[in-house]
Amino acid sequence: MAINLKELSKQEDLFVSGHRACAGCGPAIAVRQALIAAGKDTVVGFATGCMEVVSTIFPYTAWNVSYIHSLFENVGATVSGVEAAYKALKKKGKIKKNINLIAFGGDGGTYDIGLQSLSGAMERGHNMLYICYDNQAYMNTGIQRSGATPHGANTTTSPSGKVIAGKTQWRKDITEIMAAHNIPYVAQASISDWKDYMGKVEKALSIEGPKFIVVFAPCQLGWYYQKEDTIKIADLAVKSRFWPLYEVENGVHKITKDPKNVIPVEEWLKLQGRFRHLFKDENKKIIEEIQNEVNARWEKLKKLEEAGI
Amino acid sequence: MKVVAKTANEAMAEAMRQINPDVVAAYPITPSTEIVQLFSQFVADGLVDTEFVPVESEHSAASACTGAAAAGARVMTATASQGLALMNEVLFVTPALRLPIVICVINRTLSAPINIHCDHSDTMDQRDTGWMQFYAENSQEAYDLVIQAMKIAEEAFLPAMVSADAFILSHSLERIEILEDKEVQNFIGEHKTPFSVLDTEHPITVGALDLQDYYFEHKRAAAQAMREARKEIKKVFKDFGQKFERNYDFVEEYKMGDAERALVLMGSTAGTAKEVVDNLREEGEKVGIVKVCTFRPWPVEEVNHALKGADFVAVMDRAEGMTGFGAPLFTEVRSSLYDEDKNPDVYGYVYGLGGRDVTPDDIKKVFDDLKKAESGEKLERNSYLGVRE
Repeated sequence: MAINLKELSKQEDLFVSGHRACAGCGPAIAVRQALIAAGKDTVVGFATGCMEVVSTIFPYTAWNVSYIHSLFENVGATVSGVEAAYKALKKKGKIKKNINLIAFGGDGGTYDIGLQSLSGAMERGHNMLYICYDNQAYMNTGIQRSGATPHGANTTTSPSGKVIAGKTQWRKDITEIMAAHNIPYVAQASISDWKDYMGKVEKALSIEGPKFIVVFAPCQLGWYYQKEDTIKIADLAVKSRFWPLYEVENGVHKITKDPKNVIPVEEWLKLQGRFRHLFKDENKKIIEEIQNEVNARWEKLKKLEEAGI
Repeated sequence: MKVVAKTANEAMAEAMRQINPDVVAAYPITPSTEIVQLFSQFVADGLVDTEFVPVESEHSAASACTGAAAAGARVMTATASQGLALMNEVLFVTPALRLPIVICVINRTLSAPINIHCDHSDTMDQRDTGWMQFYAENSQEAYDLVIQAMKIAEEAFLPAMVSADAFILSHSLERIEILEDKEVQNFIGEHKTPFSVLDTEHPITVGALDLQDYYFEHKRAAAQAMREARKEIKKVFKDFGQKFERNYDFVEEYKMGDAERALVLMGSTAGTAKEVVDNLREEGEKVGIVKVCTFRPWPVEEVNHALKGADFVAVMDRAEGMTGFGAPLFTEVRSSLYDEDKNPDVYGYVYGLGGRDVTPDDIKKVFDDLKKAESGEKLERNSYLGVRE
């Protein structure tokens, strides 16, 4: 499928309206875009989380593809099992067609509680795509910090208070953790750059073996911004280089979007209530630290790309 | 039929080979490691068609098995002790989704203190998950029950665990009779699946969110499935007995005909206890054994029927239960008998924890205690056998 608006407008939606996601939900966009790219012959596995909860309130379902949810931390293993069954049944001729297997997890189910299950699934080489919709905290339980929560962010378990200014630790780099598994395809994407993201999903599904994509999916409820600004927030994360778009194909890093007019990270931070406390005089040095971190990560990424590794 | 010498680990692995499941996802743990090793070798030697998934934990083993079963595959695994405990969260999901998986369990105690030897605390810990549970007395039963459990699970659309005692059975060579591969295949038949997520022509949502308005009805339906599994168990046991002349039932009554004093127990200790009963019978004592083979679903009718004539009963638990009153088998047996017109006097004994040996003298002591009770002496309602107080 050519990924352009004309072509996309003809595609059937496989994650459909009626789900209970909030207005302006980034993850719902991430799921919908991925499924349009994947097509009908797809089986989706889902970790417990926002998107699982809002999409399958019995007796309703928002899924027009087969879907399985088991628990929070085990979607990597659950889809490993589906894939093993697929291989076994295909070998016996009981299944004829080619089926895409996609496991979805939020950042909680991916960076933290489900990391072992994901790592195992990737190491074993199952032919599946894992997509992490990253909204940078445990949103389903009410905005608690995760390993994906950025430095300085206010969450309900890393609150900004009189002596501590939000999360004191730095974010895990899940993309590089997955790249270190030496799997054929790893990518970082954003819902703001739908063509880039859907192209990555399509490319990943065309490759045999384990694949991983982390897609930046803002949460208006947990990040405290206006509902209509979800795509803008995602876009500015890319433009500030806070969230670089890149892929690691067969171990080679390639930046897929080098933003032209780079904005200071402060411009992105200031639109979100979760960083509001950083703009107090006593906390401004944290913004500087975040900018330094963004610069360092970008420089490292550039070096990897230039070195062709 | 072939006569061979096999440990319970080998016997269960052999049953798995003959079943030839579509998917096995497993993680090694003492003392069930050997089952997984042997099965891996079957895969490596091309003796099975199975997709073997060497997962990174038992939680993932149970998760992958559940995913594979939901995708329409015939699925098995093996584990013990901490492995089964780590599976616990997933074990509630499998029966709720009505997926027929079989786990070969080697009964080993749970930490702490860490100990690799036999007791039933691992499977007792899983008794409320909704899995059927079958306990083997010896390698032969372990082998036969694995084959039957596969068929029962697929008929009842419920998962099952078959357990055998750590080391006492898992690592002891015994004479067993093995069926032909073809006989096993014919007996279990084609795999039946209630649904498959891989049927992309008919997309389904598995594992939906159930709130206050539906959860209870779905739980109720799963509970009903456990009740109705009795029929499938009965049918499969009968069919197996007719075909292969080895007979199984929910409980085995041993010399219970005129028995006034009886022990109720599970697993390998039944073998020891039967010998004690034989010796006491020679001395004219009216004693017998009720061995519980099917623990889930709980065979209330069969247990009560078996104990109908007994006046004094000792229930022997190889698990503590930590209730502050009585261990699991004791409380179930005593509660079952409550509705009977004539209730025997029931005592509980916890024995053999952490692999503590159980000798014929220990068993005889329990029968002696029951005799004391018969002559009017007051016994502790619940006590321990073979522990240093």
